[in-house]
Amino acid sequence: MPSLNINGRNMSVEAAGDTPLLWVIREQLQMTGTKFGCGAGLCGACTVHLNGEAVRSCQTSLSDAAGKKITTIEGLSAKGDHPLQKAWIAEQVPQCGYCQSGQIMQAASLLAKNSNPTKEEVVSHMDGNLCRCMTYSRIQKAIMRAASEIRTASNPGTERRAT
Amino acid sequence: MNTHVKITQSEPADLSRRSFLVGSAAAGLALGYSAVPGLLGADQAFAAASSFDPSVWYSIAPDGIVTITCGKADMGQHIASTMAQIICEELGASWKDMRVQLASNDPKFNDPVLGAQVTGGSWSTMMNFDAMSRAGAAGRIALTEAAAAAMGVQASDLVVRESTITNPKSKKSMTFAEIVKSGKATKTFTPDELKAIKLKSPDQYTMIGVSVPQLDIPSKTNGTAKYGIDVMLPGMVHGAVVTPPVRYGATVKSVDDSAAKKVPGFIKAVTLDDKTATTTGWVVAVANTYANAKKAAAALKISYDGGPNAKLSSQSLFDEAKRLQGLGDSGQFFVKDGDPAAALGTAAKVMEAEYTTNINIHAPMEPMNATAEFKGDILHIYSGNQFATRSGAIAAGAAGIDPKFVVLHQMWLGGGFGRRLEADMMVPAVQAAKAVGKPVKVIFTRENDMTMDFSRPLTYQKIKAGLDGDGKLVALSHDVVSAWPTQRWGIPDFLSPSVDKKGPLDAFTVNGADFFYTVPNHYVRAIKNEMAHNATPSGQLRSVAPGWTFWAIESMIDEIAAAAGKDPAQFRIELLDGKGDNAGGAQRLRNTLLAAMGLAGYGTKQLPKGEGMGVACVSSQERKTASWTACVAHVAVAPSGEVNVKKLTVATDVGTQVNPDGIRAQVEGAALWGMSLALLEKATLKDGGIEQTNFDTYTPLRMSQLPQVAVSVIANGEPATGVGEPAVTVVAPAIGNAVFNACGARVRGLPITAEAVKAAMKA
Repeated sequence: MPSLNINGRNMSVEAAGDTPLLWVIREQLQMTGTKFGCGAGLCGACTVHLNGEAVRSCQTSLSDAAGKKITTIEGLSAKGDHPLQKAWIAEQVPQCGYCQSGQIMQAASLLAKNSNPTKEEVVSHMDGNLCRCMTYSRIQKAIMRAASEIRTASNPGTERRAT
Repeated sequence: MNTHVKITQSEPADLSRRSFLVGSAAAGLALGYSAVPGLLGADQAFAAASSFDPSVWYSIAPDGIVTITCGKADMGQHIASTMAQIICEELGASWKDMRVQLASNDPKFNDPVLGAQVTGGSWSTMMNFDAMSRAGAAGRIALTEAAAAAMGVQASDLVVRESTITNPKSKKSMTFAEIVKSGKATKTFTPDELKAIKLKSPDQYTMIGVSVPQLDIPSKTNGTAKYGIDVMLPGMVHGAVVTPPVRYGATVKSVDDSAAKKVPGFIKAVTLDDKTATTTGWVVAVANTYANAKKAAAALKISYDGGPNAKLSSQSLFDEAKRLQGLGDSGQFFVKDGDPAAALGTAAKVMEAEYTTNINIHAPMEPMNATAEFKGDILHIYSGNQFATRSGAIAAGAAGIDPKFVVLHQMWLGGGFGRRLEADMMVPAVQAAKAVGKPVKVIFTRENDMTMDFSRPLTYQKIKAGLDGDGKLVALSHDVVSAWPTQRWGIPDFLSPSVDKKGPLDAFTVNGADFFYTVPNHYVRAIKNEMAHNATPSGQLRSVAPGWTFWAIESMIDEIAAAAGKDPAQFRIELLDGKGDNAGGAQRLRNTLLAAMGLAGYGTKQLPKGEGMGVACVSSQERKTASWTACVAHVAVAPSGEVNVKKLTVATDVGTQVNPDGIRAQVEGAALWGMSLALLEKATLKDGGIEQTNFDTYTPLRMSQLPQVAVSVIANGEPATGVGEPAVTVVAPAIGNAVFNACGARVRGLPITAEAVKAAMKA
């Protein structure tokens, strides 16, 4: 029986090794914040982190995820207060909200490595994530706002204004 | 013109359909729901005995929390929050005390104007503003009278603010929580008393017009918002749908499940017997998990009879549309002013053009899904849906029971855009649940979702225009050929009489064509493309008819202006003279166009070679419910024909804005939808089936394709109008006109592809 390390906890699951991680997370572990969108890695709604890297959980098999650290939207922060989540509220990003877990997880993997991204870096990192409500400009603003907060928190003396 | 839309700018909603106060809670009993726990909607069943329910629309708990129940589908337009904001304004509650929940299909939550639970048409705010305002005011009056009695003063001595009722003289105050706890707030209102309440005037507003944070947003940043797809019921199993290669009309000849039986967890393959004719030729594979259900579905060997539409293609549908348009007696008249035939005969110059749009797919990010559970006599459905009244009936039809035994549990919608007006996703869930005797959740794959969409119909339009010797537009004939999506619903109230008395027509295929330009001789003919209607059961896609009628009209107006040698914006302003029935609306549209021109810097400087600006202005969605909307598109066209949209400037006159930031979000999203439909989205029918199956071949706008978007919202104190759709309709013609101004290429078909632009450059 495979065991998954998810959001800091080890959980055993019962499913065939070729089962997409997405369905194991959603159905067996009943963490439904990670969404099914296309089943083909084309929309990004199912994005989670595997050892800190953003991956499409619909394209990741259970066996590929075993032994790695999985983070979902439920585990991104303890109280829903990751700088991106706060920025998403401040910029009033979500409309229907369905893609936003994936958007936030995708953005989090960028900011973890680069807390001062250019607009081009943001676009190139986020282009695989569809938003059918077309909230893209607010997503960009929220990422810049969160990046600014992260920089301030890590280095209070050298804050630049977000552009 | 639609006659079912009863609201007008001077006439408040008819409140006689419901009474708002405590006595009306019994409305739920009419359907026999009351004996079954939980069926009144979670709000009613679980509300503490000591809470105060001044209206079916909200309840105030002893802790002062005000929970409103939203009868509208919330698909990202934050309509639940908007309803809360309207109630909050009159109630005098603190925004931090407001909460929202979603209504069940109990008819007591029907729209006060429409008399049904349906969310569309950008109607929700305009049709509920009055009812929610009165509900809020009634609660404030009841609470104030209770506080006055407790304090021994007159109600008129008290001030209500931030959930607190204060006597400014004595400085004594009571909170809503204290009053509710006291149990003294018991006043009820008859419908006449409700109608007589004097509402605030706009200068007294403290909530309407303020960008308060949308109440649903935090739950959409941490994964806790529950959509239909997230429903988990005890003992639930899962269904994956196998849909036929033909969109509509196929039948299942045989199902071989021998290979599926080897899939672990497989339970049963259920061939749908859909008496509602919503689906044709569908099979559901049911298994213990969705992953196994999908494996089993893939292992089923199904043979089909493709049915009567199996050979049809987009080209067949266009050919049929042209044939129908060419017949003198086809269709029915939606508009008939003057005598266009005679006027065209004597015109100094006659122009004609054909405009087309292809099939478009909704593709909300949450694929269609529904969970069905039979509990005793009651069928429970969990699904995010825009049309509970009709969908409940379809689910009942699929189950073979009376609709009064169906309870729809509304969920947050992971996108709607009109797709969730349909109930097709409920049919397999219901029949599978019945067949296996367990709750079943059915989830469409993206491939099911795209190929079985109730798509925006393919349309063909022909416009003829006549100009007099001075270049003045004197005649316009406009034929619109399409499937009739609304007629498919089978609800007579949604159809409109034709002006030539040839029977009802589907105005949701021609709305917008009854524009506000003054043209003395004008007809609009609605022609049903029966072949398309049958082959691609079409639906309502965000902005509906104005998404194609304005594509044709606003392109043609530009073509006429060019022929007359006039600036296209000035030409429009002259046509918007506000004469006759166009008075008022035409001037508002003119002003909106001027606002967009000003914001975009239209005509203020020479653009570089290959760049151009184009304008368009619309009275979407319907003549009686218009949000006056104008767009200036700024594009650069490469020699290859590729169109780069540099900027979209959109102005919209919405009368009264409840939540300005929310409106900007809707208008921007709608404008980008318009751009996506204009340039990027195209579905095609081949051998009776939709060819595009996922986001690799059906390709909505992505972040890298985002233009600059500037939005100007005009709030001039007129009644609130809708904002979810109108901006969709104005963008395609503005882009088409900009392309023409940039490079001289006139493209008359959507989407505007590089190939089409390149070909038109040479022409």
